[in-house]
Amino acid sequence: MTLSLFPLGWGHYLAGGLLIGVGVSLLFVLTGWVGGMSTVFSSTWSYVSRRPFFQQARFVETRVWRLVFALGLVVGAAIWLWVLGPTGGLHTGIPLWQLGAGGLLVGFGARLSNGCTSGHGICGLGSLQWPSLVAVLTFMATGFLTANAVLFLGGR
Amino acid sequence: MSVSKFLAVLVSGALFGFGLALSSMVSPEVVLSFLRFRDFGLMLVMGGAVCVTLLVYQLAPRLLGRPLLGDHFSIRPSALDRDIILGAAIFGVGWGLCGVCPGPAIAGLGTGNWDLLVALAGIAVGAYAQGWLRDTPAGAAD
Repeated sequence: MTLSLFPLGWGHYLAGGLLIGVGVSLLFVLTGWVGGMSTVFSSTWSYVSRRPFFQQARFVETRVWRLVFALGLVVGAAIWLWVLGPTGGLHTGIPLWQLGAGGLLVGFGARLSNGCTSGHGICGLGSLQWPSLVAVLTFMATGFLTANAVLFLGGR
Repeated sequence: MSVSKFLAVLVSGALFGFGLALSSMVSPEVVLSFLRFRDFGLMLVMGGAVCVTLLVYQLAPRLLGRPLLGDHFSIRPSALDRDIILGAAIFGVGWGLCGVCPGPAIAGLGTGNWDLLVALAGIAVGAYAQGWLRDTPAGAAD
């Protein structure tokens, strides 16, 4: 049972998930800020775009710490690579067109929905917000359908 | 931003990033194998993260009153409307296509996985398009 559900083992999944929770929690306890990851992709545009949408206070007032938080993500992953990761870094076999086209939809959709896997999935559910539960179930469903359709059509 | 807040945010982010890398969520292949029901690891990652976050989000405001370095605890804005569902549906299609979501796209840079820059650029352009559309008269109506 365990073998078929988790063919690569399960300890690193649970440990990593708990650490993600500790990071989000520490941010909250120290600063009171709620750290989903998709907003930084809108708030950072406020540095270069004069459009009223990006100049909203909710982006301008949080753009600095959101960028620092994003920098922290890079630093944390780099420490993992240094301590535990493979020499030469990670690589992916996913075709670039899938990464690019998928990324476009991920960015557009997450911002329209005002949350992603961390915003709705971790912070929203952690706040007991049922709209986030609806969002999570929705993107799990369309993600499942798309990933399997891609496989069926011969993609990676 | 004060030095203490800068360090607080950086360390919090670093724990998040280390967790994303340790749980292999920075590998699109692992995320896609969850969406294909071949490896349920992502459920453990999200479950573990939600448990810790739920506990602290509920307890900290009651026990502390205010954050240690700030003046108030923020509350995530949330309302169920058309956009939250439509956006989540579009997000899921993109997620199922590339196996990359915003956190791993950023953390992936720390693992030297440069192909993820393509996904990161896509997310940035997609986020810009969403704001741009919202600014046009048709989008600003709601």
